[in-house]
Amino acid sequence: MSTVAPLLPPADWRDFLALTKPRVMTLVVFTGLCGMLAAPVAIHPVIGFTAVLCIALGAGAAGALNQWYEADIDAVMRRTAKRPLPDGRMDRQAALHFGVGLAAFSVILMGLAVNLAAAAILTISILFYVLIYTVWLKRRTPQNIVIGGAAGAFPPLIGWAAATGDVALLPLLMFALVFLWTPPHFWALALFVRTDYAAAGVPMLPVVAGEVATRRQIGLYTIPMAAAAVLPWALALTGPLYGIVSVVGTAVFAAMAWTVATRRSGEGDAMRPEKRLFGYSILYLFVIFGALVADRWMFPA
Amino acid sequence: MTPDDRDLIQSRQRARARVMGVLLGGLVLLIFAISIAKIRMGMGPHG
Repeated sequence: MSTVAPLLPPADWRDFLALTKPRVMTLVVFTGLCGMLAAPVAIHPVIGFTAVLCIALGAGAAGALNQWYEADIDAVMRRTAKRPLPDGRMDRQAALHFGVGLAAFSVILMGLAVNLAAAAILTISILFYVLIYTVWLKRRTPQNIVIGGAAGAFPPLIGWAAATGDVALLPLLMFALVFLWTPPHFWALALFVRTDYAAAGVPMLPVVAGEVATRRQIGLYTIPMAAAAVLPWALALTGPLYGIVSVVGTAVFAAMAWTVATRRSGEGDAMRPEKRLFGYSILYLFVIFGALVADRWMFPA
Repeated sequence: MTPDDRDLIQSRQRARARVMGVLLGGLVLLIFAISIAKIRMGMGPHG
């Protein structure tokens, strides 16, 4: 017996916007913009705007394709159940067409208006997020966000490449910082929404390896992340402003991560340290990247 | 299909058409601005 999907009215335009995960896009756009502004070459404002727009559209496309593929998981998680697809406000095919179209448009515009290096890295980042993270890793391994974190680390590289047409050590360190920041950031979240992930069958570390192992991994990943954060200053790629902000900001991050790594939650625990680490980790990345740009302007190499 | 359904569909189609119009207008302006910027920089489309 075949089942026929109910015919849905055309989705509201706001649902297409929601498909692009605008809140995630904020951080992606900001790090991409910082990568561009930290570059030693000035970019024409119109071309720079176009590059940031393409980064945003590419991230939105990747988010849309992620939601298209994960509609079944999203439906059983409280945090995501109200998204357009699991909530039945949009046809899956529309989401797929929107995601593919937006991805192709962002890459073509980047290639024609900015340069081919930025377009190539943008293509890799979209494919990495959709194919490597969403399709391959997320449902198979608790290391999903460790490797998949690379997808979110590409924007500073794209921004730098948009300005220079090339890649250098500083944007690679910016990539490394976001890449190594992702596990403690997401595992802090996973600790307090563990039941959601377990219900959806997503093998996040707290679900598969337990709370103690996850806390230990948060502590361990903070060490190379701290090194990546301070390295641009230690290698004299930046001036003292970035040095001070990165050392102080990372010390606060490390202190919070240490608290999370060493504590054990009890029955009915509000998980405040974990929520605090998760919230601070977002602010941390904004502040570090903002300081990097301010430093490069104040103390040009 | 009830009149309410028809109204909902038509109002969404109108809203989507309006948004699409604004986006396409923005794209035209952007392509124009990119062309002017490239000409001033003395570059071709791949420069």
